[in-house]
Amino acid sequence: MSIWRQATHGLRGFFHRGAREREIEDEVQNYFDAATAEYRSAGLSDDEARRAALRECGTFHAAKEEARSYGWENTVRAFFADLRFAWRQLRRNPGFATVSIVTLGLGIGASTAIFSAVNPILFKPLPYPNSGRILMVWSTWRGARSEVAFGTWRELSARNRSFDSTAIFEPWQPTMTGRDEPQRLEGQKVSAGFFRVLGVPPLLGRDFNATDEGPNKPNVVIISDRLRQQMFHGDTAIVGKTLKLDGDNYTVIGVMPRGFQDVLSPTAELWTPDRYDSTQIAREFDSWEWGNHLRMIGRLRAGVTRGEAVQELAGIAKTPWPQFPRPRWASLERGLVVDTLQDDIARTVRPALLAVFGAVIIVLVIACVNVINLLLARSSQRTGEFAVRGALGASRVRILRQLITESMLLTMLGGALGVVMAIAGVRLIVALSPPELPRLDAIHFDPTAFLFASILVALIGLAAGTVPALHISRNELQSGVQRASRRIAGTHLWTRRFLVMGEIALAFVLLVSAGLLVRSMQRLVSVPSGFNPSQLLTMQVVTSGHQFDDLKSNPGSGDDRRRRFFGQALDAVRRVPGVDRAAFTSLLPLSDDLPVVGQYGAQFDDQDASSGYTVFRYAVSPGYCQTMGIRLESGRFLDERDTDGAPQTALISESLARHHFGDQNPIGRRLHVGPRNRPWYTVVGVVGNVKQTSLAIDQDDAVYIPARQTWFADDTLSFVIRTRGAPAAIVRAVEHAIWSVDKDQPIVRILAMNRLMEITEAQRRFILILFETFGVVALLLAAIGLYGVLSGSVAERNHEIGVRMALGATRGNILAMALRDGMRLTAFGIGIGLLGAFAASRAIASLLFGTSTLDPMSWIGMLGLLAIVAALACWVPAWRGANLDPAATLRSE
Amino acid sequence: MTEQNTDVIQGTLDLLILKTLSLEPMHGFGIARRVEQVSHGVFKVNPGSLLTALQRLERAGWLDSGWRNTENSRRAKFYTLTRAGRKQLEIETADWTRRVSAIARLLEQEA
Repeated sequence: MSIWRQATHGLRGFFHRGAREREIEDEVQNYFDAATAEYRSAGLSDDEARRAALRECGTFHAAKEEARSYGWENTVRAFFADLRFAWRQLRRNPGFATVSIVTLGLGIGASTAIFSAVNPILFKPLPYPNSGRILMVWSTWRGARSEVAFGTWRELSARNRSFDSTAIFEPWQPTMTGRDEPQRLEGQKVSAGFFRVLGVPPLLGRDFNATDEGPNKPNVVIISDRLRQQMFHGDTAIVGKTLKLDGDNYTVIGVMPRGFQDVLSPTAELWTPDRYDSTQIAREFDSWEWGNHLRMIGRLRAGVTRGEAVQELAGIAKTPWPQFPRPRWASLERGLVVDTLQDDIARTVRPALLAVFGAVIIVLVIACVNVINLLLARSSQRTGEFAVRGALGASRVRILRQLITESMLLTMLGGALGVVMAIAGVRLIVALSPPELPRLDAIHFDPTAFLFASILVALIGLAAGTVPALHISRNELQSGVQRASRRIAGTHLWTRRFLVMGEIALAFVLLVSAGLLVRSMQRLVSVPSGFNPSQLLTMQVVTSGHQFDDLKSNPGSGDDRRRRFFGQALDAVRRVPGVDRAAFTSLLPLSDDLPVVGQYGAQFDDQDASSGYTVFRYAVSPGYCQTMGIRLESGRFLDERDTDGAPQTALISESLARHHFGDQNPIGRRLHVGPRNRPWYTVVGVVGNVKQTSLAIDQDDAVYIPARQTWFADDTLSFVIRTRGAPAAIVRAVEHAIWSVDKDQPIVRILAMNRLMEITEAQRRFILILFETFGVVALLLAAIGLYGVLSGSVAERNHEIGVRMALGATRGNILAMALRDGMRLTAFGIGIGLLGAFAASRAIASLLFGTSTLDPMSWIGMLGLLAIVAALACWVPAWRGANLDPAATLRSE
Repeated sequence: MTEQNTDVIQGTLDLLILKTLSLEPMHGFGIARRVEQVSHGVFKVNPGSLLTALQRLERAGWLDSGWRNTENSRRAKFYTLTRAGRKQLEIETADWTRRVSAIARLLEQEA
């Protein structure tokens, strides 16, 4: 009831302001008239009565003002008045307004964009019900996480009491044929409980169940909604239809809901049950069922904590061998690693993301400090205005409110610009993002990001309004208009000096971090890859289909067909105009080929079974090393002579030769790569080292064998093509050449080698770009801040400078004085920054490559850069001061 | 606004207004005069605080107001106690009595 009256009366007062004020005025008038009338009737004259009434009641206007200011609508009205005033203030100083709004927009925009990227990966729960209960289970090998075997998973899932359900999964890249061009799809082979662990069932059709699993079951798939839209034009009757995958018919039994995100394989479009045979577990350790190539997830039972699950699994891992027979490589003697799914997928990128987030917050703080500095400078110019307001009766709170309204308006405009920038920035981040970044599809400007930006705006607005207001003491408000503003400006300047020192310190922290990352990148790209990446086109060719199956009557016939296909395809590619050289390899350096796939044990003829080397094994066509530009150290390259019937030959890398033979000549020595029950390979040459997984990783031991002399034919090979012109120009021609041999074999990952190498180092590059940008922005903002403060200081000392010059100081003296002042600030700032930069460099140590956290080049270089930029920023105001006309300044006082 | 209102004990102005209006409808100056007379000049009410308080009480729903002619045929805004206002007066009176007697007991104990 009373709230209703408050609202209606208030609104009436708000909209019929004139009527209400008239009524109050009438009432007050009435009151005074009544008082006067009373005194008159007591016998006083008109004049005396009026004076008596005034004595009793105080002034007419004070009473009217007091009565009038009651009610919430007046607070609102005052707010609008402040807002209008603030707007006029901004319009009057367009330069100040633009600089502040752009600065704030940059800071808020950049931090909101980074927040949008960091939030879904590190903080936001995964898009599954009770996602905190989903755990990832790893085995351990040499202290690192490793995949688990089917047998291990069966035991863990059968014995545990902590999980509602568990599941395993592995990548699956089937080729879909029967449409225009063969297409390789991304998918996963999963156990039946996979979607139950995630907690998202298919929208159409049914989920997998236990009868789908295991060998010799009908082929079924569940597909993503995206695949349904793209390939089947949103066909709702897709369930029950068949797809041709790797030459087999698969029945679609379900479609996942739109918006379902598989964080374990973000590009997965289809899922099929695994084909592991649980009867093999006890029978044969040398089977797929005991290979460590599966990842395992589990959903905790309600009420069970992660700690309890970890303990239970550790207990199961210790089960004695007779009750839980298992091979040596799946012994679990080092225990299991159990992590929440969220932490697990963010694990590799967490340090980088936190570093970037920290960097952007530093930029934001510098931006805010700059704006506060500008506001302080302005409020020192406005001292007169505040004094007038104070004299007219404005309380300190009232002036604070006005200042905060002004800074809020400014910040909100900056925030609006920031939101626009953030939306663009998020797009940019997604475009630049490295492939390692998980949950890319969850990165967009969402309500949480908007909330984040709004909170920033509120905090900055409050701070930016309060700091200048703190400088207006009650005393100064009442001390009158005529007082010179020098003392107030002085205190402002001290605050501004401290703020600028802080800015310089923060900028230095960022610059040193960026410098260290730049140095790391320089070191990294100067690492020789071992081959020549320019004008090198690469593509992966996959063989799929039943024509490559072995015939029962003729084991090995499938492999023969594969070899024949690849050989013919290579010949066809070599005939394409514009192709200089072409070759293929089972393993492409600096690509996303999984290292585990290409790594084998190698033993020389003087080693026994327990020793040997882990090497990268490249099954290559003749001319591979020449095409790649890999250096020949001694002996000869592999060529057309090294074919099926010929003696088995191999090339070894320089590092392997040095490791095993030292100064001896390895040519003519023999080794096994992979199985030992095969003929020896004889070393015919030594070639230069090649980086396989990353330029940052030294794993150079490698063996090259002819693809014709392998013990199995790889089903996927990478073609490398040295082109005469631009690699992109002949892509179509090369594809057609390969498809002229067999039109059903997909070609994927078509990339120039240079681009491929960029992708491999994309995460590093991504962080580097961000840090460089933030570093430059921070440097500029700090320079602007320094310039502003020094300008203010010189302007304030005009009189002093005039006196000095009159007393004989030269321009050079004045210039030196002002420069010294500015550089002292810079030096203090850098001094503080040294400590911060030291801490920051330790924090990003894991992101560096071949660069010490105390790398002198970065530290001294950035110190020099900051000092030079600071000197430039100081020079302009110093010059201005030195060119003052002493007569003019002295006269103006 | 309450800063300058040193003449009336803080927080009692509402009670005084309600009590005064419970006898008969009255205009602003009448209320001020009545409070002063009845308290033998102990309480002095300034017009700014009084008019503000009247607006507050009216918005709370305890008073109604309207322009009427006074006995010497001058137009004035008269305030009337509403039913809710009467109830509020009872509550505040009870509250006041409770406080006063509590303070009285404390003071007696001292003595």
